[in-house]
Amino acid sequence: MAPQQLKLTKQMQAREGSPWTGLWAVVAKEMADYLTSVRMLILELLIVLTAAGTVYAALQNLKEANPDDRFLFLQLFTTAQEPLPAFAGFLGFLVPLLAIALGFDAINGEFNQRTLSRVLAQPIYRDALLFGKFLAGLFTLALALTAIWLLIMGLGILGLGVPPSGEEVARSLWFLVLTLFYGGIWLALAMVFSVLFRQPATAALASIAIWLFFIAFWGIIADLLAQTLQPIEAGFPQSILAQAELELALARLSPNTLYIQAMLAILNPAVRTLGLILPIQLEGAVLGAPLPLSQSLLLIWPNLTGLIAGTLLLFALGYVLFQRQEIRA
Amino acid sequence: MTEVVLESRDLTKRYGSFVAVDKLDLSISQGEIFGLLGPNGAGKTTTILMLLGLTEPTAGAIRVLGFDPVRQPLSVKARVGYLPDQVGFYDGLTAWENLAYIAKLNGLPRAEANSRISTVLAQLGLSDVADRRVATYSRGMRQRLGVAEVLLKQPQLIIMDEPTLGLDPEAAAEFLEIIRDLKKDGITILLSSHLLHQVQAVCDRVGLFYRGKMVLEGTVSDLAQRVLGGAYRIHLEADSGQALAEMLGRLNGVVDVQHLDANKYKLETRQDLRAEVARAVIEAGGRLLSLNIELPSLEEIYRRYFQQEVSHGATAA
Repeated sequence: MAPQQLKLTKQMQAREGSPWTGLWAVVAKEMADYLTSVRMLILELLIVLTAAGTVYAALQNLKEANPDDRFLFLQLFTTAQEPLPAFAGFLGFLVPLLAIALGFDAINGEFNQRTLSRVLAQPIYRDALLFGKFLAGLFTLALALTAIWLLIMGLGILGLGVPPSGEEVARSLWFLVLTLFYGGIWLALAMVFSVLFRQPATAALASIAIWLFFIAFWGIIADLLAQTLQPIEAGFPQSILAQAELELALARLSPNTLYIQAMLAILNPAVRTLGLILPIQLEGAVLGAPLPLSQSLLLIWPNLTGLIAGTLLLFALGYVLFQRQEIRA
Repeated sequence: MTEVVLESRDLTKRYGSFVAVDKLDLSISQGEIFGLLGPNGAGKTTTILMLLGLTEPTAGAIRVLGFDPVRQPLSVKARVGYLPDQVGFYDGLTAWENLAYIAKLNGLPRAEANSRISTVLAQLGLSDVADRRVATYSRGMRQRLGVAEVLLKQPQLIIMDEPTLGLDPEAAAEFLEIIRDLKKDGITILLSSHLLHQVQAVCDRVGLFYRGKMVLEGTVSDLAQRVLGGAYRIHLEADSGQALAEMLGRLNGVVDVQHLDANKYKLETRQDLRAEVARAVIEAGGRLLSLNIELPSLEEIYRRYFQQEVSHGATAA
């Protein structure tokens, strides 16, 4: 009798059913919404124009470049033609905008349309709604980025007249993954604010404020902090090194820094380190010789996992906030 | 006694030190329309959310159709329809698309979903506008679409929160008609409202909510008996001798007689005493000019109850 009772109470403790019931219904609906919305159309147009413009400029540049270069295709992403920055650099600040546009009204939009209680009265858990919206955003980002990637590849083949090598395709695909999770962080951040603030405008402004902070100010702050925390002492050359290392560590707290560094290393095989390097460490190195893909990946691995971890942490935060929220308007 | 479909015991919800719902005992039987009344902020919506498992109770037990909404919310939500107050839809989608999304969330296979959607849209007279975006809908149409959505999952119990609020009188009357039709189909309905005459028009039983407590519960005439003393009010116009008021007062079941005018009287009685009153007038040798009975309105019960409450409260303080 006693063990049976225990079993019964144990069953009672667990919530029935899977938290993912209805997940794909949410994903399908949200993706359809995203792909048909005007704001996505505008942002995608902006990115496509940027891609076309920068790649065209890069092509003009590359035509005069050394035709024997093994990684001509990758330079499409990274070659800058004054006054335009390179495409990869543009992505560094366009992708956050795109991601924020996808996420800033995810939850509070449902509140304001008064659809939230109606949707949650269906046999699904809150988990499915939030995760479904997040996945839909991530898929939409992936779709847009892949389309642009294909566009650039096509333009490259037309413009350069040579097909990309296997390694170039692999490197640019890793670049795509990197960009996706960079977008993921901003998407998760925007969704956290959409749970936190009832007004979509507030959520959008808060997200953009954080984006601006990291893009424009974090570098300066990291510099100042390093100078105060690790002052250079005369006669101690180590202190110069320590300060530079602290500054780099602080700068890496910004997703932008993580992304830009990793992007450079994956798109430019000649990059050997993302940190400081002393001349003594370069002894015997053949400067400018490309690293194999596996070594480049090893180089960006901490950055990539950092971006993924940031995405997961922010999503988890939004998840906890949403679970605790009262749904009555 | 018919089957109980919804039951709560000592149901309590606290927000910090504020008690939103205080030890609520509620019991609703199969096929009944139960009206949850009370001023704004009395805890009606909180109660409804707890019944659906959308908010966790602080204490107490709930059974909805035999399930516990805290532990088995999916089973509850698959069988219970909920029409929130000021129901909202995705404005950019058509009525059909809105319903299709809900059908998908309920896990209905596509063919089944399509046939159910066209059935419920036809049932609520929305077939012609099914492909229009919901943004173009009027308040009444949205409310009907809300009912269509609720019916989509073929519920055994429907919970409506202020369903007629903000509807024009015609739309409201239409809506009450819909509720009566649902009852004919054997669906149990719990509705909350503070529009008392509408509640009175459709509800079998009502519960009066005040500061998180169910202070009165029963049929409207029960409540009238308890709160007003007499349940019926008879307006009499008779041309007669002077002693009529006294004679009427002696009738069995009369609580109070008021002589309003030269030949107008108002009686409060426990039963429908129209025949007896008429006989009394004739026996007194008078001429009966008119005789009307007025059923007690919920509004009066409500007002009277709160007057008593407030004066009690004042003496207590």
